[in-house]
Amino acid sequence: MVPKRMREVRLSRLKEEGIKAFFFTNGVLAVVVLVGIFGLLLSTAIPAFKEIPVREFLASKTWDPTSPEKAQYGILSMIVSTLMVTAGALLIAMPVGLGVASYLSDVAHWRVREVVKPIIEILAGIPSVVVGFLGIVLFGPVIAKIFHTGHGLNAANGSFLLAIMALPTIISLSEDSLNAVPLSYAEASLALGASRWQTLIRVKIPAALSGIIASFMLGMGRAIGETMTVLMATGNARSFPHGFLDSIRTMTANIAIELGEVPYHTTHYYGLFAIGLVLFILTFIVNLVADVILSKYQQREQ
Amino acid sequence: MDITPKIETRDLNFYYGRSQVLKSINLVCAEHHVTAIIGPSGCGKSTFIRTFNRMNDVIPGARVEGQILLDGENINLPAVDVVELRRRVGMVFQKPNPFPKSIFDNVASGLRINGIKDRAMIEDAVEKSLKEAVLWDEVKDRLRENAFALSGGQQQRLCIARALAVKPEAILFDEPCSAIDPVATAKIEDLIIKLKKNYTVVIVTHNMQQAARVSDYTAFLMLGDLIEFDKTEKIFTNPAKRLTEDYITGRFG
Repeated sequence: MVPKRMREVRLSRLKEEGIKAFFFTNGVLAVVVLVGIFGLLLSTAIPAFKEIPVREFLASKTWDPTSPEKAQYGILSMIVSTLMVTAGALLIAMPVGLGVASYLSDVAHWRVREVVKPIIEILAGIPSVVVGFLGIVLFGPVIAKIFHTGHGLNAANGSFLLAIMALPTIISLSEDSLNAVPLSYAEASLALGASRWQTLIRVKIPAALSGIIASFMLGMGRAIGETMTVLMATGNARSFPHGFLDSIRTMTANIAIELGEVPYHTTHYYGLFAIGLVLFILTFIVNLVADVILSKYQQREQ
Repeated sequence: MDITPKIETRDLNFYYGRSQVLKSINLVCAEHHVTAIIGPSGCGKSTFIRTFNRMNDVIPGARVEGQILLDGENINLPAVDVVELRRRVGMVFQKPNPFPKSIFDNVASGLRINGIKDRAMIEDAVEKSLKEAVLWDEVKDRLRENAFALSGGQQQRLCIARALAVKPEAILFDEPCSAIDPVATAKIEDLIIKLKKNYTVVIVTHNMQQAARVSDYTAFLMLGDLIEFDKTEKIFTNPAKRLTEDYITGRFG
């Protein structure tokens, strides 16, 4: 009896070790892949700055790497374009998203919520090409008609589409965090004579704020990095944008358009990777800010 | 008995979905007295007092039949403004549930909800309510601190102060000490006895000793039936019903 039990013990210990090793390998693999991507990006981007002064790269408005006279590598227009569509998208998506989330969590009948929420979450899975298509055939003509512009492929169009793409994330996560507010908060508020509206505004939204802000940031991250939609719907003009009715070209769209045709290991090639690096840093900053805000609110809540 | 009825129920039935939780209950809560509601778990005590400020309205599938009179007026009608009702009938819950805000803002929240903006007035009311809830001396130097920094018992007294700040006429306590240690419980019991001077108090408790200590009248509820309702002394020394006697002597429950 005894040796058999010992064998069992040894076997189960071995199994335990095996499982541990499996998950450890997975974890390490994920980190290695991420570090590898970042390393590739960095190593391909840095040679660009041997030819292009960093100042010119970030502060010049003209991007014209194929000019026969003098190639110019300024990405300011693209940075501004990216920030513009992102800001525009958030301006639309934040109030609408929070409104829908509040409706779903506090106003809608639970049966309505059970149906509507999954549908909204499915919307997150619409391919960006399809959303871009919507921009070309639907929003474009509408914008052109309303503002009497020749075509509707501009920053406003891109903002609308990115807002649509960010909304499912914002709605779903905001609704989750509103729902996670303890019932006791709402009860305390109602028992003090607050209306449902006051309870939502004064108690539930403040209590859920960290989650709501996180959802905004995730939505923003999605908008900054989105490529296909803005490529299709914003006109891709390389000039500096002066308003939402101007055609723009974002950093992502520029990389996507040019990387396929650029000769390898030229300044232009490295320059595109450098744009990718800037994009990476931008996204990183957004995430960092989101983290800081989140931890601040969480500290205050504790 | 020389009493004025503050809250009165007449033939009160409560249904949750298809099951009947309260069965034809007739009870009078006297003004400026403490009425305790005791009974085994799940007998409908909490559901019962939550009908007094219509807190059951938020529960889907709940249905209340019968009359609930506040100062003689039926509040169990769709036309009654529940917001106004809840200002008149405050509530303190089982677990302390302060908002994730400062101590000051917690007590002030009821006033702000009522649209009071005058700072001096709010500060005045906050101080008065905290004193009334015997919490002032412990928190007066840390009003800006988060309410979660307080102990459980202090948090519960803060919730009492928050309820008092809107100047209700009656206060409902739903097992206010069930999540609190004995020393803090004693403080809250003292407080409840003091409160009856200015308010009508109804307290639900599963702790019979607590009912005996703080209340003037006691109602014994079981499985949705009101078994006995009388002066607390009478219930605990000479109950009329066998079931009551068995319960208070600990033969079941």
